[in-house]
Amino acid sequence: MEQRNNKNTPGEIVLSGVTKYYGIGESKKAVIEDCSLTIEAGKLSVMIGPSGCGKSSLIRLIAGFEKPSSGTITIDGKPIRGPGKDRLVVFQESALFPWMTTEENISFGPIARSEVNTESQNLAKFLIDKVGLSQFKKKFPNQLSGGMQRRCELARALINSPEVMILDEPFRGLDEMTKELMWEYYANLYEETRQTNFFVTTDIDEAVFLADRLIIMTNTPTKVAQIIEVDIPRPRKLSTLFESDQANEIKSRILKILHVEAMKSFKGGSKAAADFIEAASKRAVSNTV
Amino acid sequence: MFRPIQKFLFNRSSSRGLIAIIIFLLFWEVCSRSGVWFGIPVPWIGKVPAPTAVVHAWIPMLSDSGYWTSWLLSIKRVYIGFIFAMVIGIPFGLLLAINRTAYGLIFPTFEVFRPIPPLAWVPVAIIFWPTNEMSIAFVTFLGAFYTIVINVLGGAQAIDQRFFQAARSMGSSQGDVFKRIVFPAVVPSIAVGASVGMGITWNVVIAAEMISGGGSDGGGKGGGLGFFIWDSYLNNSYDLIVVGMISIGIAGYLSSGLIRIIGDHFTKWTRR
Repeated sequence: MEQRNNKNTPGEIVLSGVTKYYGIGESKKAVIEDCSLTIEAGKLSVMIGPSGCGKSSLIRLIAGFEKPSSGTITIDGKPIRGPGKDRLVVFQESALFPWMTTEENISFGPIARSEVNTESQNLAKFLIDKVGLSQFKKKFPNQLSGGMQRRCELARALINSPEVMILDEPFRGLDEMTKELMWEYYANLYEETRQTNFFVTTDIDEAVFLADRLIIMTNTPTKVAQIIEVDIPRPRKLSTLFESDQANEIKSRILKILHVEAMKSFKGGSKAAADFIEAASKRAVSNTV
Repeated sequence: MFRPIQKFLFNRSSSRGLIAIIIFLLFWEVCSRSGVWFGIPVPWIGKVPAPTAVVHAWIPMLSDSGYWTSWLLSIKRVYIGFIFAMVIGIPFGLLLAINRTAYGLIFPTFEVFRPIPPLAWVPVAIIFWPTNEMSIAFVTFLGAFYTIVINVLGGAQAIDQRFFQAARSMGSSQGDVFKRIVFPAVVPSIAVGASVGMGITWNVVIAAEMISGGGSDGGGKGGGLGFFIWDSYLNNSYDLIVVGMISIGIAGYLSSGLIRIIGDHFTKWTRR
């Protein structure tokens, strides 16, 4: 598929020198330190980093739920002052409103802004269809499967045609089969729209499969460790992706960087890092056998 | 037509319940009829009128207008107190939850008043309110009020922050957040508060009627079910005491059932 010209796509987010502290006095701790990066417009940027490194804090800053302690964040050159429908977050575990049906959840944005008209109603119908939930539009979230909930949440964000979609480990907690289905599903959606997407994950396969651009983060206090451009052509096929040397090479580069980060934080006393190191050493052994 | 009854009778747990009730009634009957076993008086239950005697005393009551007036009076007091507690308690709890200033100003005082049992208010209520009827309603109100406020407050404070973040991102105004997030999220807590509150209201109204002598319409058998029991005690009609007790049990059960049906109707989304 030919890459569309991204020059006119909005949603370029620039972070410069962003630092975020939590706590006060003795317990004051930097979670993000002097972090500078650009989320390029019209690309699917995937941020990957050790769990608990501060990725979710970064998302809260970009979404405008919190303010950085220092540094600036801009979207298309304008500073971010608070939450807005130009940057919508799809949260970790589902944040669908449990008291609203699929239909009501998806139409939340237009109703909130009093923008309900035939156009928005048709768009809602179109999106419900597109995420395959037309038979479930009168169901409440807890009557939907995990995969359906995530799809519903994607539609709830998409109806607002945000300039940037921010996804915070959206497929975490789904079983392996559903997760892979969701990757292909989400990749399709992205390939159709080519909006600016910012996807955060701890899953390396997910990152390689989805990303145009990989942003690998260091441990806490987090900043960018490395950026890798992933130019594997789209549409990608999950079944054949990891037969390609390119994909595997990127995967091992990610692992190497994450391993270095884990070693650093292990020396700093992190128990979570110990698990990663053990897993990484096992994987290294099984690869050589 | 008999299907549901049949189903109920042969369902394992309900047939167990029925058997237990029958055994209990038999045990009660035997104990109160014999009174003394092997020269030893049977503890408490031996002095209570037997179930057959209770039924015997109950039947004439069914056509006694005073008895039904007692029902109506107690129900009226319960619902007046309860409805006031809901109407005042729900907004009050929400206010405490969403407004920090209000919380800071009011909550400490509220917490000092909350442990005071509603019945401790009876004397003050009688002095303070112009009619006995209003005193009883006030005490009943207190019984449900604290429970409802605490449940609403707790429910509102437990709302997932991400709901607010999501709503604000999508352009919700404060009023919209309140209407479509806070209020629906609190409804299950309101339902819990209401059903607990309803139980407390019945406890309170009975005791208040005993203490206050049956309210302004008092006297005879028209002073509410609590007064009905007290009056029967004063008249040494022990079987009527039990009639009154069972009547309260039935009235309370029906009230809770009503609250549960209404609550279920508004919390459909919590069921799978």
